[in-house]
Amino acid sequence: MNFKLIAKRLSFLVLVIWAASTIVFFVPRLSPRNAIRERFAELSRSGGFSSGDIEKLIASMNQQFGLDKPLLEQYWNYLGNVVRLDFGYSLNRYPATVADIIAQALPWTFGLLMVTTILSFVIGNLLGAISAWPKAPQWLRSIATPFVLLTGVPPVIMGVLLLFFIGFRLKLLPLGGAYSIGVVPTWSWDFAFDLLLHQLLPGLALILGSVGGWVLSMRGMGVTIQGEDYVNFAEHKGLTGGRIFRDYYLRNTLLPQVTGLALALGTVVTSAIIVEGIFGLPGLGTVLNNAIRSNDFPTIYGIVLFITIAIAVLMAVLEFVYPLLDPRVRNQ
Amino acid sequence: MNLATADNQAGTRRAPFAAGTQTPVLKVENLEVTYYTDLGRAKALDDVSFDLHAGQKLGMVGESGSGKSTLALAMMRMIKQPGRIEGGTVTIDGTELMGLKDEDMRKARLSKIAYIPQGAMNSLNPVTRIGEQMVDAVKSHLNGQSRAAIHERCIHALKSVDLDPAVFRMYAHELSGGMKQRVCIAIGILLEPKVIICDEPTSALDVVTQRQVMETIDRVQKQINAAVILIGHDMGLMAQFVDKVAVMYAGRLVEISTVREMFTEPKHPYAQALISSLPNLDNKGVFQGIPGLAPSLLRLPSGCAFHPRCPYASDRSRSEKPKLKALPGGRMVACHLYDQDALNV
Repeated sequence: MNFKLIAKRLSFLVLVIWAASTIVFFVPRLSPRNAIRERFAELSRSGGFSSGDIEKLIASMNQQFGLDKPLLEQYWNYLGNVVRLDFGYSLNRYPATVADIIAQALPWTFGLLMVTTILSFVIGNLLGAISAWPKAPQWLRSIATPFVLLTGVPPVIMGVLLLFFIGFRLKLLPLGGAYSIGVVPTWSWDFAFDLLLHQLLPGLALILGSVGGWVLSMRGMGVTIQGEDYVNFAEHKGLTGGRIFRDYYLRNTLLPQVTGLALALGTVVTSAIIVEGIFGLPGLGTVLNNAIRSNDFPTIYGIVLFITIAIAVLMAVLEFVYPLLDPRVRNQ
Repeated sequence: MNLATADNQAGTRRAPFAAGTQTPVLKVENLEVTYYTDLGRAKALDDVSFDLHAGQKLGMVGESGSGKSTLALAMMRMIKQPGRIEGGTVTIDGTELMGLKDEDMRKARLSKIAYIPQGAMNSLNPVTRIGEQMVDAVKSHLNGQSRAAIHERCIHALKSVDLDPAVFRMYAHELSGGMKQRVCIAIGILLEPKVIICDEPTSALDVVTQRQVMETIDRVQKQINAAVILIGHDMGLMAQFVDKVAVMYAGRLVEISTVREMFTEPKHPYAQALISSLPNLDNKGVFQGIPGLAPSLLRLPSGCAFHPRCPYASDRSRSEKPKLKALPGGRMVACHLYDQDALNV
């Protein structure tokens, strides 16, 4: 991999982030709604304000948020803020900044997403690879089948079903929340265990829904690769089955799956938002959900933009990893 | 078995089979393979027997589907479902392969019998270095050799197929077709096997590279004194490189003769038709094809499988399957025409 390629990829990353932030800036401004005016209108309905006072308040708020300036100047300031990852103040939870809110919610979402994405990638691809490997025992090859059936179930339904049967009926796992009510977060094993128990159901909902997809694409690829000449020649060379499976079959079958992982990251975030909502986890999904309901525009922009940047960066990272896995793309 | 002894007796009497005085390094007896397809049972190998001595080169010719590659795979015990080896033995240097445990058979591959694949273009793993693939092969057979010794062995193999040792650090996509084929040959000789099967080793190469690759095979074979089975359709290439030619038809061996005998005086009617269909510098004009089509393995003709296309077919050909028998001089033919000439065993 050469310097030119890295520079090219990084400049593309910057371009993607710029385009995303521009869209996030302009699209909501096409809407006739005015978040500040709506908020004060709501307050005035509960009484106590004269309309003149409200106009003054709105003007001062507009000034504070920089909304009184010309659009282009606003845009310019906004781009500067994006570079500093400063998304301004939350309207709803003022004076908390959007960056603070994201920082608080992020560990929940990130922890859940990372673990479930990696687990379903590993489990799905391994099961898919085994299911297409003629030498694997039949019982092992058929483990993949139920997961494929579950792909058809959307995470919302999966979450509700799990909650109902495992949480509500069997009472095996807690019904929701990040940790038990009344427990104060501390660095202790007890708390960690409590935390884990609460993450099991949402994690399961996400994993059960996504393993099948990996199984299917991996199996399709595996059927092709297991018939390749180099896999046969490896057997002619007298290699052990395990080595052929790992170094000749699995390594080649995984290549397109890594690309698939980059593509899947986008959809993973959306399903996580839904699942967080169902299980009442204080992650980005829940925060975004609340922000949308309360017209907290800076928070919405901040989170959407943050997710866009995070996915763009992850995809760039994967693109840098790919040449390490496949020497054929190294010199291109 | 008696066929083999017949060959031995014949061999002691005649010069081209002089190596026959020793015991053969490879002995294939009554090998049978059947594919169980949805359309029925296809007998891909029917009672195939032959021997080969160290240093000898046998060319295996026949039409597509006549069982050449199946024979190679059966000898490696790598027939895949729905195929099955139904019987017979393959003995290399005193070890009978068909009776080996799977793990012992794995170890026998490459160390006793090596296979150089058809289509070397795709026979190398695209994502690991050539060196790794060579080291893999050595390591899975020789435990406890030092890294340096393994490396030394690989470099030696690369050098003996005329490749630069730098290839060790390269990837398959960085090599030309001929180089890839050489790498496969280098892998094949890593453990100095007694028997090397080359399955159409030059079919994807241009004629110049073909010759170079064949010369390489010739040279390394002499180095390690292996018996070589060369599978292919290219009669010209065969004529230049092998000692004996075996002709297969519909899963059976119909004739085994020395190259000279095969090209000047083929015995079996199919071999005769095959030779007369070859273009020839003296004999310009219309080529003679073989009338009719190769039979489907699912519905083989009764008796001799060639009888519907054979100008000499008799009632006996239609009812009785001819056995491969030794003629005086050591040639083997499976045809009723030569029954009275055959050596009685």
